[in-house]
Amino acid sequence: MKMLHQFANPTRFLRLSTRVEPWALVVTVVCFALGLYYALFSSPVDYQQGHTVRIMYIHVPAAWMALFCYTAMAVSAAVALIWKHALADVAAKSTAPIGAVFTLLALVTGSLWGKPMWGTWWVWDARLTSMLVLFFLYLGYMALRDAFDDPARGARASSILVIVGFVNVPIIKFSVDWWNTLHQPSSVFRMGGPKIHPDMLVPLLLMAAAFQFYYFWLLLVRMRRELMAQRLRALRHRQAEH
Amino acid sequence: MKRKHKRLTFVIIALLLLGGAAALVLSAFEENIVFFMSPTDVAADKVPHDRRFRLGGLVEEGSVDRSAGKTVTFRITDLSNSVNVSYTGILPDLFREGQGVVSEGKMVGNLFVADEVLAKHDENYMPPEVADALKKSGQWKGNAK
Repeated sequence: MKMLHQFANPTRFLRLSTRVEPWALVVTVVCFALGLYYALFSSPVDYQQGHTVRIMYIHVPAAWMALFCYTAMAVSAAVALIWKHALADVAAKSTAPIGAVFTLLALVTGSLWGKPMWGTWWVWDARLTSMLVLFFLYLGYMALRDAFDDPARGARASSILVIVGFVNVPIIKFSVDWWNTLHQPSSVFRMGGPKIHPDMLVPLLLMAAAFQFYYFWLLLVRMRRELMAQRLRALRHRQAEH
Repeated sequence: MKRKHKRLTFVIIALLLLGGAAALVLSAFEENIVFFMSPTDVAADKVPHDRRFRLGGLVEEGSVDRSAGKTVTFRITDLSNSVNVSYTGILPDLFREGQGVVSEGKMVGNLFVADEVLAKHDENYMPPEVADALKKSGQWKGNAK
């Protein structure tokens, strides 16, 4: 807990993040280069889907990140609300647009895959609908946050919204098991091991790592910007008072 | 109790209550959230007679009949019951015998007249050579042929 408090110090975070940032970017680029090469050129076609299976290497990591970002946001918002850590609130705010884009990417790539495979762009089944709700939760969070004149009140109200919306995360994950849906059940995180051939699992996991590091790098950049902006606001405020 | 502990307890209790409420709502709407009915539901007369609904299952082996021009007839089965289906139009790429499908339409007597057929994909991903090898060695467990 004490160590966590040390990291929660904004000045220390700024110093540390400037050092970690370039490395996070390097790992991101390497993972993307390897992952995209495997996914697009060196992985086999699927016995049913043919080349269309390659959409999965973008779709699945994007969907995982959509859930991961929301969970990270909900945890940060809870920490900000309960322990009043300013840095946690900055983390939640910085994660929101990234998560929203991942969700949109998952929805769009899923739709592109659905047309040739299922025969439809969109159906209102439990998985697709709950994922759309997640997208609206991200948008709602960002809109609510900016809807107040007092940033502190906006942060509080939107933190509560994120925590309430977290109920949707297990619903998305288990929707394919609880109800019969058009969307197939999970191939990787399932009881009894993955149902996906290792030649396809490796590029998928590489792409997942790339997405994860990309998020990490973007989060550091955005958090640093946000902290700087906050300091600038505080300085201007003090100047105006004098 | 310190204020932050109070807030922590509040958040935990609120989440538990919300989770419970969501579970109740979702179980109450169970019928609406389910994307399709099964042939067993049809046999048990659980499906609407005058309204459209979706019927899902596997395309029964050897049941696909394309002799009537643009209209295709086949049987959808869940391995315990099956329903006769007729459909006029273009079938998706993945449609074949043994494949999971979801069709939308209405019951006309004992025939399900579909105006939309969607193919369902399963959770198995593998290269074609592996699928062939599995079929050859008799370890093929998937639904698809």
